[in-house]
Amino acid sequence: MRIRGIGIGLIAAGIAVLSAPIAAQAQDTPQPKTLRVAVTGNIATMNPFMAFHLGDTEIGRVMYAFLTSYSRDDFSPAPGLADKWQVSDDKLTWTYHIRSGAKWSDDQPITARDVAWTFNKIMTDKTAATANGNFVANFDTVTATDDSTVVIKTKTPQATMLALDVPIVPEHVWSKVTDIGKYDNLQYPVVGSGPFTLTNFTQGQSITLKANPDYYGDKPAYDQLQFRHYDNADAAVQGLKNGDVDVVSGLTPTQYTALQSTPNITTVKARQGRQNDLLINYQAQTNDHQPVGDANPVLKDPKVRQAIAQSVDVKTLVDKAYGGLAEPGAGFVPAVYEQWHWTPSGTQEQKFDLAAAGKLLDEAGYAKGADGVRADKQGKPINLRLVVDSGIPAQVAAANFIKGWLTQVGLGVTLQALSSDAVTDAGSTGKYDLELNGWTGNPDPDALLSIQTCGVLPDADGNGNTENFMCDPQIDQLYKAQLSEMDKAKRIQDVKDLQARLYSLDSSVVIAYPNSLEAYRSDRWASFGLQPSQGGSITHQNGYYGYLLAKPADAASSGGGSNTTLIVVIVVVVVVLLGGGAFLLSRRRKAGADERE
Amino acid sequence: MTSPATAPALAEPSTSARRSGGARYVLGKVGGAVVSLFVVMVLGFFLFRVLPGDPIRLLTRNTSLGAAQVAELRHRYGLDLPLPAQFLDYMSKLLHGDMGDSLKFQQPVADLILQRLWPTVLLVGVATLLSILLGLWQGTRAGWRRGSGFDRFSTGFALTLWSAPTFWLGMILLALGGSLFPTQGILDPDTPASFLPQVADVLHHLVLPCLTLVAVLYAQYLLVMRSSLLEEMNADYLTTARAKGLRDDLVRSRHAVPNALLPTVTLIFIQLGFVVGGAVTVETVYSWPGLGLLLYQAITDHDGPLLQGLLLVLAGAVLVMNLIGDLLLRVIDPRVRAA
Repeated sequence: MRIRGIGIGLIAAGIAVLSAPIAAQAQDTPQPKTLRVAVTGNIATMNPFMAFHLGDTEIGRVMYAFLTSYSRDDFSPAPGLADKWQVSDDKLTWTYHIRSGAKWSDDQPITARDVAWTFNKIMTDKTAATANGNFVANFDTVTATDDSTVVIKTKTPQATMLALDVPIVPEHVWSKVTDIGKYDNLQYPVVGSGPFTLTNFTQGQSITLKANPDYYGDKPAYDQLQFRHYDNADAAVQGLKNGDVDVVSGLTPTQYTALQSTPNITTVKARQGRQNDLLINYQAQTNDHQPVGDANPVLKDPKVRQAIAQSVDVKTLVDKAYGGLAEPGAGFVPAVYEQWHWTPSGTQEQKFDLAAAGKLLDEAGYAKGADGVRADKQGKPINLRLVVDSGIPAQVAAANFIKGWLTQVGLGVTLQALSSDAVTDAGSTGKYDLELNGWTGNPDPDALLSIQTCGVLPDADGNGNTENFMCDPQIDQLYKAQLSEMDKAKRIQDVKDLQARLYSLDSSVVIAYPNSLEAYRSDRWASFGLQPSQGGSITHQNGYYGYLLAKPADAASSGGGSNTTLIVVIVVVVVVLLGGGAFLLSRRRKAGADERE
Repeated sequence: MTSPATAPALAEPSTSARRSGGARYVLGKVGGAVVSLFVVMVLGFFLFRVLPGDPIRLLTRNTSLGAAQVAELRHRYGLDLPLPAQFLDYMSKLLHGDMGDSLKFQQPVADLILQRLWPTVLLVGVATLLSILLGLWQGTRAGWRRGSGFDRFSTGFALTLWSAPTFWLGMILLALGGSLFPTQGILDPDTPASFLPQVADVLHHLVLPCLTLVAVLYAQYLLVMRSSLLEEMNADYLTTARAKGLRDDLVRSRHAVPNALLPTVTLIFIQLGFVVGGAVTVETVYSWPGLGLLLYQAITDHDGPLLQGLLLVLAGAVLVMNLIGDLLLRVIDPRVRAA
């Protein structure tokens, strides 16, 4: 009985293995040319009104065109659905001309009325405002004066009107949706205006998009764009090696270095709009200025903060902690946004100088005790908690260097490597002294700078968007000035002045602009449309050039390359399994029925 | 001395007594399970509110959402209500079969769980079945010839796999078998939509995760089977069977094994309950879209409603399987009935 069971089991297993080549062969029939991209985050929704996480918005970008876009070369504003625009003399009325001949993927014309409908929906429906409400907060009215003209009136002058990252949706589809919050937007093919059209979304598995022949811009040189979900970055790297995916992003330095010597794989070290900073908590408060958190009061002393800033050597951090895969930190706006990025001049710079930092603390009256640790004004030894996300190796390494330097100048440091959740919790409630944090910026610096204004301080319920709790009248004034400044050169000056002021307050020390690490199959893909075009990235762009301009390699085969070996191995396994099963069954039969009790 | 007429009369009360005893037993077990499930419902609510951190804040960290949108999200999920009001809302919805909406996925929790249920049942079900077959077979062999080369090798090998970290084992298998088998998911999106290729592709995806799971699971069946067989080895009924002239193989398969199986049945049903719980690590390594993976995602995202729903379903599955195990044991083991 048992032996027969095993025999049957073996035969079943053989059939199962045998079935693999059937699937493989089915794939050998003419297949659309596909670019396969690994995604490691969870993609939650295809509904552009509800999508606010990085992965979700990236899909939204290839499905829907925006009013304007960002150039591939340097992120400057470029035409999108609108090909021309102008602003009135009072800076309050923006008129956009919608390009003629543009069509939705279901052949309906794209008109100014679709644009007006989208913005008005966000302005009037609280749920529809979930993801993009911030962009329309200052809008007064949005009207389509004819099929090709949209007029937006703002309440106050707003310089960010060419950086409205709002997917424009087709009115003829979305006006029929009754509850935006519950709409999954999965009626295939999903009507869109971007370079690709969504044809399948399987939660937690894959997203498939087909090239949209009606797209007004460049056409991709392949048929299908596919995102495949990996929950584990190491498995994604393995998938790249095996050819299950063509592009992997978000590599750790270790994975990146290992892939550099792998044949048929090209690594990309890209500049990206991200910065890492060391937050110094000295003014955690709510929006009605009630103090929150439990920061060490010694940090209120600007001299102590300056001493901390002077004890951080960003060059060493980049070399050692980030393994050279980053740029040294300076101003708050990441270096990749060159126009807006600020670096301190010689006189402004708080140079790394442990002796000077120690002297500063001596002069401020924090004398060293017998154990080398300085005491605060009450005579208590100074101990600062440094909070870091234990899941980010580069930041943990950086935290250890920073702890070493601060200890040398006599400031005691307790390193707290916590889970990402616990770091967020400590950060947003002000329960830390020092924290290693990171921000991702947009080509327009407004959103990033707004993080440093009093406006994002949390209310009593904790609704806010800051971990730094910056609230400074001068910064708020500069922020307002840049937002209403239509002269680009003047606006750039305001933005740089704001960063200079921030730097002088030492509320945070920008330590690095980490590189985005990616890798792709160079045997299948010749090139991608990087953004910025020099030293930029393939994925997570402020655009869709990475996918849109991907060029297949000449002799590319989109299926797995080792099919012959695969089939040979499978045949051998099947023969062994079937043979073993048959042998066991026959032996069982021979054992005979003469053993009855 | 019993007359034929009185025999049924004597038998009658004992049968009905056994029946009412059986009914009491069943009711007691079912009642216990229902009470446990209710405790899980209540516990689930408070457990996930003890977790540090504000879920809405974690959800919107490093996004471009303003305070107004954050407050609106908090309101939509009812997280701005006082705790007792949230609890009443949760319980009344739950009694109407509504588990609420997931914070991260913005869909009803019940839909998400249903989508992920069958991949998990397939993976863990097949793996458990294979582990049971393999474990019982090897355990029987090893126990019957204690100290033999087979015993030493199979027990040692199984224990080595049992103590290997699942995640590590999964990654090794992925690296070794990744060129023959897919590295991700349950179904290739490019597979033709007809039945046979789809089934074949799912089986193709199933091989590596299933192999990993079998490798870490089967040792427990092997060990339990081996030790309970050893307990039976010197029993008198085996001597009787041998004295009847039965071949050693048959003494083992017809007499020793059926008796030694009883402790294993309990273990099997406890394990079957965990089938629904999936295998968090295996599903994570192979990105297998099951409940284990969903649980992992819900924990990383602090997705309270999803965690509550999952806890309820997972605990419910364990309770139901335990209940079936208890009832079945009564059927197959007369000693439990007598007790």
